[in-house]
Amino acid sequence: MDTYRADVAHIGKSVIIKGELSGSEDLYLDGEVEGNIDLHNHNLVIGPNGRVRANVHAKDVVIHGKVDGNIVGVEKVELKKSAVLNGDINTQRIVIEDGAFFKGAIDIRKVEAKSEPVRAAAQAAAATPVFSAPAVSVPVTSPAGIPGKK
Amino acid sequence: MRARRSNTPNLARSALGFFRNIFGGGATPASATGEAARIPRRSTGFNQFTRTILRPDGQKILDLGPTSSSNINFLTGLGHKAYNEDVLAASHASRLVIPGEEEGSTTVDVARFLAEDLQYEPETFDAVLMWDVCDYLPEPLVKPVVERIYQITKPRGAMLAFFHTREAGVEAPYFRYHIKDENLLELQQGPHFQLQRTFQNRHVEGLFHDFNSIKFFLGKENIREVLLLR
Repeated sequence: MDTYRADVAHIGKSVIIKGELSGSEDLYLDGEVEGNIDLHNHNLVIGPNGRVRANVHAKDVVIHGKVDGNIVGVEKVELKKSAVLNGDINTQRIVIEDGAFFKGAIDIRKVEAKSEPVRAAAQAAAATPVFSAPAVSVPVTSPAGIPGKK
Repeated sequence: MRARRSNTPNLARSALGFFRNIFGGGATPASATGEAARIPRRSTGFNQFTRTILRPDGQKILDLGPTSSSNINFLTGLGHKAYNEDVLAASHASRLVIPGEEEGSTTVDVARFLAEDLQYEPETFDAVLMWDVCDYLPEPLVKPVVERIYQITKPRGAMLAFFHTREAGVEAPYFRYHIKDENLLELQQGPHFQLQRTFQNRHVEGLFHDFNSIKFFLGKENIREVLLLR
């Protein structure tokens, strides 16, 4: 559970910060921040009361609260089930719990060819002429045959 | 040529199959956290959709369903950029409710929806996963949303949409669609949305008349799958 830890800098839920927030240690943020957050190679946890309107840059980013802004997680971004994120994500790995709300784009930076098995499987399926799906496949119209087509 | 119906299952048989899926086999059990069970379903339409996005890398794919880590992992695993926007949830936001023409009635603020949602540059996306959003959208939003999606999709871009058949019934529950692999989807019930309508094939064709081609696939559980190319 990503809650309060004594060895992590802590911003409580009654704290409101407007401006640039930067640091060189891990941070647990349960308050409000408007501006930018830059923790370089350290971790950020946005607690359930956290309200962030800022672009975020950190190593690992874990979100329980609400964020309006773009997230760069150098290694990993994690959206917990209570997370609400309006913004884009750029990271190597992403974990999203069921129930999390996300509106934006996700760009996964590749460090190694992790995606090949998925692609290989998809391509193998594409090369197979017969579908195993029980659905009946019925091509219906060419464009010219569509009623009301412009 | 129109889609032909195979032996259309009646509602009782469909319901039986549905519950057999849940309790009998194949369904991923509900988790200890109360997460709804996932029901596997093969999808020819999704298989065909996947073929259109295999190459090249770096395509922009928009998923209009609720946030699903499975979908994001699948799309980013193919090397693409995944976009997510839960249009249905947005369409039911209380801030969009405005007084209707008749006294005491309410409607949806279409202009505000279009100003705040689906805000992308024209021809941004290589492909769009619409799932069965159209069946549950408030009536005033259906046409504007389809027009907006057409605008933001690239020429020759693909879109996959699902539509209930009439046999599904008005109480057809809303399901989230999770991508398991290129042939298999997992359906998970909830959140609760009321089915607003069932489109006939000609209505679907009319709704998407701007698109270049349209293919129907008759799926299971009273769902038609439709693959469109802009």
